[in-house]
Amino acid sequence: MNSNDSDRYYFRFSLGQRYLHGLVIVTFLGLAATGMTLRFSERGWARWLAETTGGFTAVLSLHKFCAVLLSAGFLYHIGDILFRAIIKKDRGLFFGPNSMTPQPKDAEDLFKMLRWFLWMGPQPEFDHFAYWEKFDYWAVFWGMAIIGATGYMMWFGPFFARFVPGYVLNIALLIHGEEALLAVWFIFIVHFFNSHLRPEKFPLDPVIFTGRVSSKEYQHERPLDYSRLSESGTLEMLRSDPPPRWLKNFSRLIAVIAVGIGFFLLALTWIAFWSG
Amino acid sequence: MAQGSRRMVSGLGRIACAIAALLLCAVAMGHAAAATKAAAATKAATTTKAAATTKAAATTNAAAATKAPNDKDCLSCHNLKANAKLQARPVSVYVNAETFQPSVHSTLGCVSCHSDIHAFPHPDPVKPVSCAGCHPNQTSAYAGSVHAIAKRGTKQRFPACLDCHGNPHGMRAKTDPKSRVYPLNLPRTCGTCHGNAEIAKKYGFPDVYALYMDSIHGFALTSDGLLVAATCASCHGAHDILSRKDPKSRTFPGNVPATCGTCHAGVQVAYLAGAHGKAMIAGRANAPVCTNCHTSHQITQVGVVNWQLKTVATCGNCHKARLQSYRDTFHGQVTELGFVATARCWSCHGSHEVLKASDPKSKVAPANLPATCGKCHQGVTASFVSYEPHPNPHDRRQNPALYYAALFMNLLLLGVFFFFGLHTALWLARSLTVGKRGKDNGVSGEQ
Repeated sequence: MNSNDSDRYYFRFSLGQRYLHGLVIVTFLGLAATGMTLRFSERGWARWLAETTGGFTAVLSLHKFCAVLLSAGFLYHIGDILFRAIIKKDRGLFFGPNSMTPQPKDAEDLFKMLRWFLWMGPQPEFDHFAYWEKFDYWAVFWGMAIIGATGYMMWFGPFFARFVPGYVLNIALLIHGEEALLAVWFIFIVHFFNSHLRPEKFPLDPVIFTGRVSSKEYQHERPLDYSRLSESGTLEMLRSDPPPRWLKNFSRLIAVIAVGIGFFLLALTWIAFWSG
Repeated sequence: MAQGSRRMVSGLGRIACAIAALLLCAVAMGHAAAATKAAAATKAATTTKAAATTKAAATTNAAAATKAPNDKDCLSCHNLKANAKLQARPVSVYVNAETFQPSVHSTLGCVSCHSDIHAFPHPDPVKPVSCAGCHPNQTSAYAGSVHAIAKRGTKQRFPACLDCHGNPHGMRAKTDPKSRVYPLNLPRTCGTCHGNAEIAKKYGFPDVYALYMDSIHGFALTSDGLLVAATCASCHGAHDILSRKDPKSRTFPGNVPATCGTCHAGVQVAYLAGAHGKAMIAGRANAPVCTNCHTSHQITQVGVVNWQLKTVATCGNCHKARLQSYRDTFHGQVTELGFVATARCWSCHGSHEVLKASDPKSKVAPANLPATCGKCHQGVTASFVSYEPHPNPHDRRQNPALYYAALFMNLLLLGVFFFFGLHTALWLARSLTVGKRGKDNGVSGEQ
């Protein structure tokens, strides 16, 4: 029935990475729903949401709750990077094919990709992370740092005002809100499309949920990574069982819910933003 | 003097008539010596039994034709509800002796008011009664009022004395709970017209009765029967009601603070000391008075959440830019969401004694800001209060840092969405054209 069932599978994401992505999904949706309620507070739906949630205090508490969870995830990730860099001395972390650091090849790939869009050349061959995946990563990284920092500044306003002038809190709210809008629209449009909804992947790419990728897919999508892993023999260390049926179904469920909520929030905020 | 002597004459006349009626009644019964029967006849004469009184009155006619009638004479006809001749008249002339008895006018005789009646039975028609004879101050005050003016102009039946005070033969003192103008009853009386949508529309005045009844004043009145609660007359006056456009009116904007101050004296003092009050005293046409914020009739208890939320916009009617910039803050967003657990205009500026920030006594004067912000925020420092509660990111001079932060964020959003919008659109277009082939090759990833 499924040609991939007889195929070989490899782990592309560790359990930790998948949990982290799950944590980001849940807290990001929570933060977006409660935050956009405040940002577009003059809208009827915002009032309705706030009242349904149990009032403004409940909305803000949920926002802070999700913020603390996501912050914990963020700090865990920073800790993990430091651990890999300092203790494990993983030099490939900051530069090389497995690094998230933007490199000349990414600019090259982008240029080739644009040419491919316009029927002017073949699709580039990607390595472990494609340039849009790196952008996704850094967008979220920068977003969490900026939105998080400004958020905590406002949460503990009088405390931070001991070190910076009070009007910095004005700037904090402005940046917090604008950056959040950027994040929300980026995730619900660009990330959803690039990673899940584009015709090649529609309706979703389950690899971030199952962690497993088939050898055919791996070979086709990341030929450089695949051949290097094959040659070094590392690939067989990543060999996995096919994704269990329950995990595939679970992935679909999560995707439908996340995309549903995401598009709903996208529509609400989009209309609210452009109708002034 | 003339009135007094006439009263005396009529009093004597009444006594004489009563005696005559008794005697004639007895004669008519045929047996003057039958003492017990005479007593029964006396009873008949003093009660309202139709046959006996009519007969008695008829026999009195000859004797009393030239004298003014007494009350019993009058009631002999006017107290008969079933009198066909009286019923046929366009205006009721029925007088209910039972309701007249406890009325405020009961000590006066009929002819005190119906002073053109000198004969019994009297010639028809009789002149309408003027209240001015006894109530000259009230009637002259009324003559200049909006009710009387409207009446003169349109020849319409606008309220005159009796429309508010009720039937003169059953009229009660205004301190009597049964009076139509007793404080607890007055709104309903005024509401006869001012609570009738049709009448209000026809004559072009607002239909305010329901608004008043829902107000804190109306609530105090109806819920607890508070006689100190403001009723219609407390603000508009009773007889001398003037249009609010009339500078002499109690409800003319410039007079409103004094009118409300009759009860809310402390608030009036605070208001007059504030910027709004000063502007009003200076004669500024757009200076807000009590009613601009609190409304005229639908005055809500200030603790009510809906009123607090609505009133932010009320301030914004004049302070437009300030409202706009307030809405861009966390305070404004929470308020917009419909919650009051945050600062609204008066939390910082005060409600009645609103003062400019340049005034050292102002709550928003720089020296007072830590205390004002500190009402809600713990650990407020001098640095904290440089927070701008009305930020305008488009104003470079107000706050350059905010201006450039906004500019940067706008460019960032614009840049990211321009690039990735294009990227996504192109990718989608390209993928759709090769989608089929890609799947056939088994490289599409998800089946």
